[in-house]
Amino acid sequence: MADRGGLPRLLAQRWFAPTFGLATIVAVFAVVEALLRADLLNRYILPFPSDVVLALGRVVTEENILSRMGDTAFEVLASGVLVVLVGVPAGALFHRFPVIRAALETWVAALAAAPVVLAFPLFLVLFGRGQKTIIVISFVYGVAPVLLKTLEGLSATRPVLINVGRSLNMTSSQMFWKILFPSAIPSIFTGIRLSWTFCLVTVVAVEFLVNLGGLGQLINDLAERYDLPGTYAGITFVILLSVAFFIVLERVENWLQPAP
Amino acid sequence: MAAARPIGDAPEPSRRAVLAVRAGVAAACLVVWEAISQSGLFFGDVVPSTMKILASFWKLATFDGFWTHLAVTAGEVVASVAIGSVAGVICGIAIGAEPFLRRAYEPILHYLSPTPRIILFPVMIMWFGIGPESKVALGALSAFFPAALSTSAGMLLIDQALIRVGRSFRATRWQMATKIYLPAMRAPVLNGVRLGFGLAIIGVLLAETKLSNKGLGFLVMQFYSRFDMPTLYALLIVLFAMAGIFNALIGAMARERR
Repeated sequence: MADRGGLPRLLAQRWFAPTFGLATIVAVFAVVEALLRADLLNRYILPFPSDVVLALGRVVTEENILSRMGDTAFEVLASGVLVVLVGVPAGALFHRFPVIRAALETWVAALAAAPVVLAFPLFLVLFGRGQKTIIVISFVYGVAPVLLKTLEGLSATRPVLINVGRSLNMTSSQMFWKILFPSAIPSIFTGIRLSWTFCLVTVVAVEFLVNLGGLGQLINDLAERYDLPGTYAGITFVILLSVAFFIVLERVENWLQPAP
Repeated sequence: MAAARPIGDAPEPSRRAVLAVRAGVAAACLVVWEAISQSGLFFGDVVPSTMKILASFWKLATFDGFWTHLAVTAGEVVASVAIGSVAGVICGIAIGAEPFLRRAYEPILHYLSPTPRIILFPVMIMWFGIGPESKVALGALSAFFPAALSTSAGMLLIDQALIRVGRSFRATRWQMATKIYLPAMRAPVLNGVRLGFGLAIIGVLLAETKLSNKGLGFLVMQFYSRFDMPTLYALLIVLFAMAGIFNALIGAMARERR
């Protein structure tokens, strides 16, 4: 009887499900390791997961990881800051002039959905083969979500707040800075999170494609050396790093949401 | 569009004003483009004149092998969306139907979903070779995550009464999936497929630009290495237009008859 009571209680524990999920990943790796050792999988295309874990240390210590992370972080930050500096004022402009919004909102939405990164050869020719190119592509990719979410947040300001402003006879600039903008901040940050996610992905992808600087190039290098465990370790490292970046962004976003 | 009125309760802008702004912005872009093109700020043909780009559309359509490359890429994208979406929807239903599995696996999918996909390409080449298979694999991986996440989120929105109806008929798992779950969440599933489609196009084409010998991504790199900029612009415009049209089509499918 104790057993029957134990399992459902365990399943209901808050920590159990996520741990179980992670444990599945570990289990899959263990199975792959076993199959490789039993020669049922091809060792020339799949390294031993244990070797990958060992290679992770080597990749981190021997591949200039800090300067690579610095390059990538600089590109993401530069484009991320540009995105905010352009996207938020542009969103405010769209909000201030309904005719601009009615005319161009769908165009911006189309830009957000367009596969801009495919044009990277074009940007290479226009801006040269350097960090500037990566920042520009990442900016073009990321600017639309911030603009649209700023617009959405400003438009969704509760009428009661606007009426408070009116009853205080606020000027339109006071209205913007004291009422509209603060009330739009959570939505703006949602846009920033989406954009910065795009920026990171774009930066790493272009680095990988044109073999330039940063973390994307790391994977290219390792793959071209046919360093099998190293390639897998590099990919794992970059994925873990980007997941950490997304988690931080999400935390900040949640922290900025108004209390329910 | 149905959002709150802007401050001051300004009247809705008239259709004519909207059209005027659009025409003005489009014209301004063209003029600036032409001006840059004529100014000589960039090397010749880096910013080709609009007439040159227009002429290149014809050159592109008659380019030897263009339609073959297009067919290869289209085939890869369709295959990858089919594989990725089917796998994604199956996983989404499996995860969404069981609260414990949802709590166990949804966070993993959620955080892995936006990670850069293209960096897996070296692995895909090792597994599937340098032919179309590796592009399909990368595209399928791209299409998988939105389909899975959107399906498992859609499972939460299904009317519980429908699920009870299915249970009271003693529907099997397969019947539950095909007769209850999928019809009831047509919109979120199609939306996931639409997002996955967009990502699969990017995945397939980027992979083609990295390493391939056919497909439109290969063609992009061909024009790039020959420095045939007008045709490269034309090709990219065609690609963007196609991506936009398919995106709109699947979006319309998701909206109608929901």
